[in-house]
Amino acid sequence: MSTESLTLDKPRSPRRPAARRNNFELYSWLFMRLSGLALVVLVLGHLFIMNILDDGVHRINFAFVAGRWASPFWQFWDLAMLWLAQLHGGNGMRTIIEDYARKDTTRFWLKMLLYVSIALILAVGTLVIFTFDPNIAG
Amino acid sequence: MASPTPTDTAAHDTSQIPAPEGSITVTVRILRFNPEFDDEPHWESYDVPALPTDRVLNLLINIKSYVDGTLSFRRSCAHGICGSDAMQINGVNRLACKVLIKDLLAKGNKRTTISVAPIKGLPQMKDLYVDMEPFFEAFKAVKPYLIAYGNEPTHERIQSQADRERFDDTTKCILCACCTTSCPVFWSDGSYFGPAAIVNAHRFIFDSRDEGSEERLDILNDTEGVWRCRTTFNCTDACPRGIQVTKAIQEVKQALLFKRV
Ligand code: HEM
Ligand code: SF4
Ligand code: SF4
Ligand code: FES
Repeated sequence: MSTESLTLDKPRSPRRPAARRNNFELYSWLFMRLSGLALVVLVLGHLFIMNILDDGVHRINFAFVAGRWASPFWQFWDLAMLWLAQLHGGNGMRTIIEDYARKDTTRFWLKMLLYVSIALILAVGTLVIFTFDPNIAG
Repeated sequence: MASPTPTDTAAHDTSQIPAPEGSITVTVRILRFNPEFDDEPHWESYDVPALPTDRVLNLLINIKSYVDGTLSFRRSCAHGICGSDAMQINGVNRLACKVLIKDLLAKGNKRTTISVAPIKGLPQMKDLYVDMEPFFEAFKAVKPYLIAYGNEPTHERIQSQADRERFDDTTKCILCACCTTSCPVFWSDGSYFGPAAIVNAHRFIFDSRDEGSEERLDILNDTEGVWRCRTTFNCTDACPRGIQVTKAIQEVKQALLFKRV
């Protein structure tokens, strides 16, 4: 019996390029674990300060943010959180795109969109943290 | 109007199936597909007699022998050795020859329904058999054979019991594909090597007589290799041989991470 005559759609068509012999996937796997650990401290600390400590969200206003960013410690905290969460979330999204995109072109453009959005958010966020002007309101 | 496709309720004459003493009637639902007539798979039900000691495979063979000879599925040994009859039974991947009816019986006096579908993620060719080629391609890609350089030894390649122990678990694989076709990463990304290929790579990577570990580790270090595994343990749950599949994958990751086999 020949199966050639059957027009069956193949949901699986292996597309497996030769091994690239670099450790990118290894490092990104490791990065997810290490950045995840750092994010536990950074994000939970952030949530605690912003939502629970003292009056929680009710005390947050321009002056509160300005006050915190006057200290290099909180500047660094927020910068680390921004970069780690962006790269961690971005790399996680990359994984999800690798999983679900069926066509190479879809895969490529989704990843481009992702990388551009990561770059933009990192750039704007970093810019704000470093160039924040507490006197702008006055 | 398109002709109605047979549905769940289509009645099948199952009276020819011998009903031994002590048997009860169970409903077997099968996700059937005939590429020559059907546009897509559909469920059909068969009310068949079953002994608690029967395996699901017995019921399938009875349906094929007495009700509908076109029912297609693979089986060979019927004793959990050849790995031919992996299928999705009540939603989980199992070998039809290893699942006893008594373990599937409904509580109380309710009618027992057993759903049987082909394993997921590989093209369904007809009824319960799928195209295994993509699965075996991933298997072949990890070089699942002894690689040794230098001169042939004049006697057997000696190995200590402790060295043998390291890959004992992964020698048990029968390539049934239960694991790979239960893996959510494989479902969505068919290029992922899948747990079975990694299990079979593990079998040689950790074999002290083998010299191809580095090649195989390189292959599994790639985009579609071990780093795609999300540690969901579906594969371990599915393996009819009780292989600690996810653990084997973690050991390969560890070998890559610490560059040490
Ligand atoms: C609270 C601290 C966090 C920890 C401990 C953590 C840990 C992890 C780990 C270990 C993975 C890898 C999972 C795998 O490879 O199987 C992961 C994936 C991921 N993380 Fe996080 N993470 C944290 C916070 C975040 C945040 C804040 C975001 C969003 C910006 C995020 C977005 C993602 C995404 C999108 C994935 C990919 C999911 C997938 O692979 O299916 N995570 N996380
Ligand atoms: S543990 Fe890994 S290989 Fe096994 S089913 Fe989950 S993702 Fe797939
Ligand atoms: S590891 Fe287990 S489930 Fe996977 S192919 Fe081998 S025997 Fe089957
Ligand atoms: S028929 Fe051989 S494993 Fe089930």
